[in-house]
Formats: sequence, structure tokens, C-alpha cells
Amino acid sequence: MLRLSQGCQSENKTIMKIIAIASAGGHWIQLLRLMPAFDGHEVIFMSTNPSFKDTISDHEFLCVPDGNRWNKFKLILLALNIGRKVIRIKPDIIITTGAAPGLFAIVFGKLIGSKTLWLDSIANVEKVSLSGKIAVFFADKVHTQWKSLANSKITYAGNVLS
Amino acid sequence: MIFVTIGCQEPFERLISAMDEIAPAIKIPIVCQTFPGGKPIKNMQVLGFIPAQEFNSYLRDSDLIVAHAGMGTIISSLVLQRQIVVLPRLKKYGETRNDHQLATAIKMEELKLVHVAYNEVELKSKILEALQKHKELDCKIGTIASQSLLYSMKEFIEMQ
Repeated sequence: MLRLSQGCQSENKTIMKIIAIASAGGHWIQLLRLMPAFDGHEVIFMSTNPSFKDTISDHEFLCVPDGNRWNKFKLILLALNIGRKVIRIKPDIIITTGAAPGLFAIVFGKLIGSKTLWLDSIANVEKVSLSGKIAVFFADKVHTQWKSLANSKITYAGNVLS
Repeated sequence: MIFVTIGCQEPFERLISAMDEIAPAIKIPIVCQTFPGGKPIKNMQVLGFIPAQEFNSYLRDSDLIVAHAGMGTIISSLVLQRQIVVLPRLKKYGETRNDHQLATAIKMEELKLVHVAYNEVELKSKILEALQKHKELDCKIGTIASQSLLYSMKEFIEMQ
């Protein structure tokens, strides 16, 4: 990993290679609101809508197929696509706001030793999503955006609204 | 101009039909982004699926947004300081797979961030109510996540 000395800071900071992945729609909008946390690192964005490339032109963008649990065939294609990308890119970190594409990224990331984080959508106000509950078994960290939904395995650290 | 949007995942005929019916009474132009193939629309300008930047332009140029209760649309509208009226998709009509939009709408209304029409009958009155309010929201949201979440993310990323 490249070590850089930051001119105005006294310590060296390691630049991380981050995959930031989310389905189109609310998941993507929420992911973009996390961007300040990625400052200074290499970020590869992934989503299911190719036109999003124009909204984050300073970063690499890769399009992935859409898929959800109600279409098994599309889900398999999605898994293979994501798996190939994660294994090729070898990210240090994977951050996702859901849904299925993000879950597959986390699973493959776990296989190759990436550090992974699932942020459950703010839309899930009454209970954590099924994907979020599955992510608990794979991700290093799973966050909910509602304090009332936090438990021993799913933590609350704030939400995407400021 | 009122911009009507149903998100990018599924059609939402109940909202589109209701808006087409009440459009003449609203008396301001309505642009509607929807999936092709539904009932013919008589009283609104129709757009199909449009790229993200074009979508944001319509949000920005609108006086009011009317939408399903999707968080993406809600957040985008709030960032642009546009009033938004939402009609939640409901599982009982096959509009979505569970009622999370209803839960979202209730919570967002509690936080005074959106107007909610709980059925299509309430749409017209909620729209007229929202149009009467000042263009700027009482409760603004910024363009980024809360400081505590960003700090937590940054710590996670940079922790060796």
C-alpha cells in the first residue's frame, strides 16, 4: 500500500482502495452523502445505472447489473459480475448502502480479506432489511440509521441526513 | 411546474392516474416521469426514464415534487429545498413488496420533512397545501451525512 506524507499533517496516511457500491435510487443517494469520509483515498464507485457516471466524474465508476431475491437468474448473473470485479480490483475496503449488489460485494470482499461495512438504508425505519441481517454474518461492521433498531450486532452511528 | 416522479424500479399507476385526474384543477404545468405502457396520460407532460443529471434539473426547476415515498427522491428534493408530497406505495395493491414506504412516510412526516397523502383522495388537498407554503422548507438538510456517521466511517476506513 502506498504511504504518503501529507504536507500539512505530521503523520503518514495510507491511501486505501475503496469500493463504494449501491443499487440505483435511494441506496445510491445515501452512498454519495458518505463521500467526505472517503477523502484522500482511492474510490471506485459501482451502481446499476450507467448515467450515474456523470454525477461522480472525479472517480472511477463501474456499472453492475441489477438484481434482487425475486429473480434468481438475475441474482446469479449479478453475483458473478460483482465477484469478478471485486477479485480483480482487490479493494482494501468495501462500503455499501445496499441492496443485493452491495451484499455480494461484501461476501466476495470477505473471501479476499477486504474490510467491509454495510450501512442499512434510512428507509428501513421499523426493522433492518433482510440483506442487512445477512450482512451481519459477513461484514466487519453493520450500521442501522435508527437508534431504536440497534442491537449487539448492528450499531447506530448516525444517519445520512444532516 | 410540478414534477411527478415514481422512481426507477417499478411502475406506480395509482399515483399517475390520480395526478392526471386532478391536473386540470391544479392549474399549473405538471411534468411526469413514469414508465411507458400505462393508461394514456391526458393532462401532464410525460417523460420516460431520464439520465440522473436531467432528472436533477427537473427537480431543481420545479415548484413542488409529487412522488412515491422513496428515500432517494425524498433526500434529493430536500437537498434542493423543494416541498415534496409523497404517496406511499402499498403492498396490498402490488405496488411494492412490503410496506416500508408507508413506514418511511410516517417517519419523515413526523420529522416535518415531507407532506404525506395516505391515499389518492388526499393528493389534491396536500398538493394545494404544499404549494401555498413558501418554497423554502422550514427544515433544511445539507448535502452530506451527519458528522457522527462520517466520523465513524472515516475511523473505520483509516483504522489499521
